[in-house]
Amino acid sequence: MSWPNLLQYAVFLLIVALLVKPTGTYLALVFEGEKTLLDPLLRPVERLLFRLFGIDATEQMDWKRYALCFTLFGLLGTLLLYSLLRFQSVLAGSSSAYLTTPLTPDLAANTAISFATTTTWQAYGGESTMTYLSQMVGLCAQNFLAGAAGLALGIAFIRGLVRQQTEMLGNFWVDIVRATLWVLLPLSLLGGIVLVWQGVPLNFDAYTPITTLEGRQQIIAQGPVAALEFIKNLGTNGGGFFNVNAAHPYENPTPLTNFLEMLAIVVLPAAFTHTFGRLIGRPKEGWVLFGVMTALFLAGLLACGWVEQTDNPRIAALVSSVSSPPSGNLEGKEIRFGIGGSVLGAIATSNGATGSYNSMHDSYLPLGGAVPLVNMLLGEIIYGGLGTGLYSIIIVQVVALFLAGLMVGSVPEYLGKRIGVAEVKLVALYTLLGPMVVLILTALAVVTAGGKAGLTTNDGFHGLTEILYAYISSFANNGQNFAGLSANSTFYNLTTSFAMIIGRYGQGVVALALAAQFAKQVRRPFTSGSLPTATVQFAGFLIATIFIVGGLSYFPVLALGPFAEHIRLSR
Amino acid sequence: MLLAGAAGTIFPFQARGSLVARDGQIIGSNLIGQEFTSPRYFWGRPSATSPTAYNAASSSGSNLSATNKGLVQAVRERIARLHAADPTNTAPVPTDLVTASGSGLDPHITPAGAAYQVERVARVRHLDPKRIRALVEQQTEGRQLGFLGEPRVNVLRLNLALDALERS
Repeated sequence: MSWPNLLQYAVFLLIVALLVKPTGTYLALVFEGEKTLLDPLLRPVERLLFRLFGIDATEQMDWKRYALCFTLFGLLGTLLLYSLLRFQSVLAGSSSAYLTTPLTPDLAANTAISFATTTTWQAYGGESTMTYLSQMVGLCAQNFLAGAAGLALGIAFIRGLVRQQTEMLGNFWVDIVRATLWVLLPLSLLGGIVLVWQGVPLNFDAYTPITTLEGRQQIIAQGPVAALEFIKNLGTNGGGFFNVNAAHPYENPTPLTNFLEMLAIVVLPAAFTHTFGRLIGRPKEGWVLFGVMTALFLAGLLACGWVEQTDNPRIAALVSSVSSPPSGNLEGKEIRFGIGGSVLGAIATSNGATGSYNSMHDSYLPLGGAVPLVNMLLGEIIYGGLGTGLYSIIIVQVVALFLAGLMVGSVPEYLGKRIGVAEVKLVALYTLLGPMVVLILTALAVVTAGGKAGLTTNDGFHGLTEILYAYISSFANNGQNFAGLSANSTFYNLTTSFAMIIGRYGQGVVALALAAQFAKQVRRPFTSGSLPTATVQFAGFLIATIFIVGGLSYFPVLALGPFAEHIRLSR
Repeated sequence: MLLAGAAGTIFPFQARGSLVARDGQIIGSNLIGQEFTSPRYFWGRPSATSPTAYNAASSSGSNLSATNKGLVQAVRERIARLHAADPTNTAPVPTDLVTASGSGLDPHITPAGAAYQVERVARVRHLDPKRIRALVEQQTEGRQLGFLGEPRVNVLRLNLALDALERS
């Protein structure tokens, strides 16, 4: 790897680390309802919204009610978006001549579910499917709301660990209003303006027909791209305005926009560890989680960067030279980002449950593409989705404590809360949902005609990887893809929808139930018998647990997919 | 909406898609690549959009896997096309000129990709290669802030400058 790339990675992680404390503190203040700088501006808006929707801000919800609101909110968003998409052809707002992909019921349902679950898996190409109205009112609104709902879920989970002898986890409506107004809106306004400055378009013009220098006709798709671009990363949604997402020069015109968009993905989930540490009253606990996440992030970055910096041996043989230094695997990558910026994108988006991408992961070398795949398979715990990443890693931490408890023969505790039978059951359910859904659907796809029909571009070992990638990406609410898979078919639209729903609501509800179990207990004082979690040793043990759980679940399928393909490539 | 108003007034050029005009006619966007096949011009990267290359109304990558036979086949054809346009050039072919970009609309090539084509363009246009090499150098953008991204050459801008050079 070249030194500018390494410098880019170092500066990136340094900025993230520096932002963790201030951002995390701000998030804590926002959700505790404390004073912030934006209050004079936003308090009246908040009051207005509460009055408009009849929200009683003082009401507290137990986990069932919180989960019900969360699910209903998602359902309502899905239905609204579905209707909008189905009727977009009747509603005005775009140059419909270029919209070549029809929004069939299954595609519209898949898209609606996808955006309401922050997956933003896209079985369609934005510029050839969506009107500006659908993009702005439908998709953009869900980018904010679904992102905010994720953040609300995360804060409710933290409250479960903080509170004692209560069943109440907060008020869902208050949490999403505050997440939207205080966090997502101001940041995306600011980010959007910087993006336009760098060249991201923001207009409602018709697609521009031009005659090129060589006299060819070219139609350039336009649109309010900047309005969507920043929030899609900030809310860890990631659905692209265009088919190729952030590889499109209009979505991501310069290396600087790339850097900022990647920061937008990572900063809030990373800072959320500090919010947790602060609210729990033990900042060190948050820093250890951040440290573990960052170590794994860096490992993925270096591994993927190292692989992609090498040449595809089959192409190197053809261009009759091994250039020095090797130009790297440039198929599917953009020159302005190079290998370094592309790999940073792949790692940030696969870890951040975001799913925007600036290079075609399908064309990565087998082991290079395996890195984002593994990141998702580990359960979106490396920073992870907005709000959801934190409880994902805490649940692995509970598994680690349970294992450690078994080894030393004591009843495990986490932050003074006992991990008893009920808690372990919930954690086991949460952990097993992923492999069950993903592996069964993958198996179903490889043995049915509907599944195999998707393999129109690549086949063999790589075909298996494409299918696995599709399901884990849906389940993890990530949404990026190995785009060679033709996913706009009834089979994939329905099966990926199922995976998205279980990944979002199934896991979310289990997490809330676990939070309620913790909230009921008193926080026991720390004794010499309890295992300290805010230590380097425990961080190492946590990493080991992450790989043991992930490896036991997915090693066989990884061996058949990317590993087998790698052996084939190098022969 | 708020953003649209603010951004549109501060950065009208960018908000409209960075469109560039020559002789009063819009001939493209600074950010969107175009197809070049004439030996008079520098060529951009191969584009996998359909039905035609550089279709800016339907962006797409090839999505071919590293082990896909179609990828090797496509690279072989692209090398043959480069050699056919410039039979005397025996230098190694830069990878970016034979691999499809992610968007199919990549406006850039690497400095090596430009250097490879200098002799050909100079010969066809009967210009001194030194002048063209200087032009490429002038059109090469460095890393942003010194460490972000990679050095690159915008193909449309380079070709516009090339035409301007010949006209003068």
